[in-house]
Amino acid sequence: MTDTPMTITPASDGSDTSVNKPTVVVDNLHVKFRIFTSGKAATKNATRGRGLGRSTREVHALKGVSFVAHEGESIGVVGHNGSGKSTLMRSIAGLIPPAEGAVYASSRPSLLGVNAALMSELSGEKNVQLGTLALGMSPADARAQYDNIVEFSGLSEFMDLPMRAYSSGMSARLRFAIAISKTHQILMVDEALAVGDKDFRQRSEQRIRELRAQAGTVFLVSHSMKSIQDTCNRVIWLDHGTLLMDGTPDEVIPAYQASK
Amino acid sequence: MSTTDYAALAKANGLDRVGARPPLWEYLKEAWERRHFAIASARYVVETKNSRARLGVVWIILRPLLTAAIYGIVFGLIMPSGSRPANFLPYLVIGVFIFQFFTNSISSGASSITGNSGLVQSLSFPRILLPVSIVLRQLFEIIPVMIALLPILWITGEPPRIGWLMLVPILAVMTIFNAGCAMIVGRLTVHFPDLKQIIPFITRLLFYSSGIFFSLELVFAGTEKAGLLRLAQLNPVHDFISLARGYMIDGPPATPFMWLVVGVAAIVVLVFGTLFFWAAEEKYGND
Repeated sequence: MTDTPMTITPASDGSDTSVNKPTVVVDNLHVKFRIFTSGKAATKNATRGRGLGRSTREVHALKGVSFVAHEGESIGVVGHNGSGKSTLMRSIAGLIPPAEGAVYASSRPSLLGVNAALMSELSGEKNVQLGTLALGMSPADARAQYDNIVEFSGLSEFMDLPMRAYSSGMSARLRFAIAISKTHQILMVDEALAVGDKDFRQRSEQRIRELRAQAGTVFLVSHSMKSIQDTCNRVIWLDHGTLLMDGTPDEVIPAYQASK
Repeated sequence: MSTTDYAALAKANGLDRVGARPPLWEYLKEAWERRHFAIASARYVVETKNSRARLGVVWIILRPLLTAAIYGIVFGLIMPSGSRPANFLPYLVIGVFIFQFFTNSISSGASSITGNSGLVQSLSFPRILLPVSIVLRQLFEIIPVMIALLPILWITGEPPRIGWLMLVPILAVMTIFNAGCAMIVGRLTVHFPDLKQIIPFITRLLFYSSGIFFSLELVFAGTEKAGLLRLAQLNPVHDFISLARGYMIDGPPATPFMWLVVGVAAIVVLVFGTLFFWAAEEKYGND
């Protein structure tokens, strides 16, 4: 069992959230992907198996990650590309089965994002409807949320256009507005705050803080140290699938930045 | 270095394991509560699928019509034979259209998980909604096709009759049957991705053995072939087609035996498919 390298220290805003009730327990989590390969791998240490006809390569994305998250915590997840951040988020949400270990949670953690449920040929209006249904709302709730979503996205005059006609910033705003319309007790945000202009970004961060205030736990994956500094009271640093550091933003962010 | 017993900590605080497969009853209940997502997603796929083509949704009707036209020319004009009934055109068109519902459900059902990995890895919902949504989509596509079928029958010499209404229960039972099949192949493709390559051959084999462009009753005529005919009649796909033909056009009428075969097949396949699909619920998403 891999233990956390650093003990959890009190949050930077003075309130010690580690005495709060645990909401997520990640216990020695391992995630492996088996991928069909073509060509030669540059590394020698990857385990290779020969299937029928084609070789498969096992990618060990998470190698025994353990930590406990508490109520009212907003946890930033940092690490270089390919360090396992997104895999950790998906695995906490129960979307990728663990190879070993387990994730326990007080309620089903949800990943902020509805991208995959939306259809680019469909109008913004129908995508809002489809996205809210995909989040598990009843048709009545979905209708009730419609105006809020359109208002938050600031795209009311484009709702009749198919989403493929939107600019990438516009569709990102609509996706974020749909995803954020549902209140989640445990929410994971993967790089969604980097979308839109300055004004929209501020509204998004405000909404994240609101969600956290509703007695929830928020995970935020980001490469922007500023948005982590602004919204999080705890940071975990993943490196090559292992948990390298766990502490307050003031401790972890400088160490992470020094490693670059 | 202290080692925390995380599992015990989770248990002490009443936390449940994430991603654990719910009991069957709860699973089905949750799937039912989220049915609107499956329905809306099926509807919108049909709406948008042909949105870039000039003729748009008309292609949904045009495609099977063109298929039927090709078979009609090849088997009706170029290779006429005694194994075909007199009213061959309406006979053929019903066969092609009904068979299309089955084969489309199977081939798209096979990729219900593997073709939706983005959805599976970003949102949590009972995965059984994916094959169900795919079969609903095929149903929404087959309804206009079946409506287009009626004037074709009239033109080709089969006047309207009350039996045309029997198409509704036949398609209803067939939807259940197709949904069960889609769940089975949907899970199998997760374990054996190559199955997707094999499925076209399986449907082709069924196409030739289900009597689409010839009558199995005429081919297996005579007492010495009665056993083979019985065997062919146990194929539910053949019976769905025979039922539709029996009620809708002149020729051998629908029999209770056909209803028995399709009814039992639909229930068995749906129950087995649901259990089989649910059993692997935790494994979906790992690719």
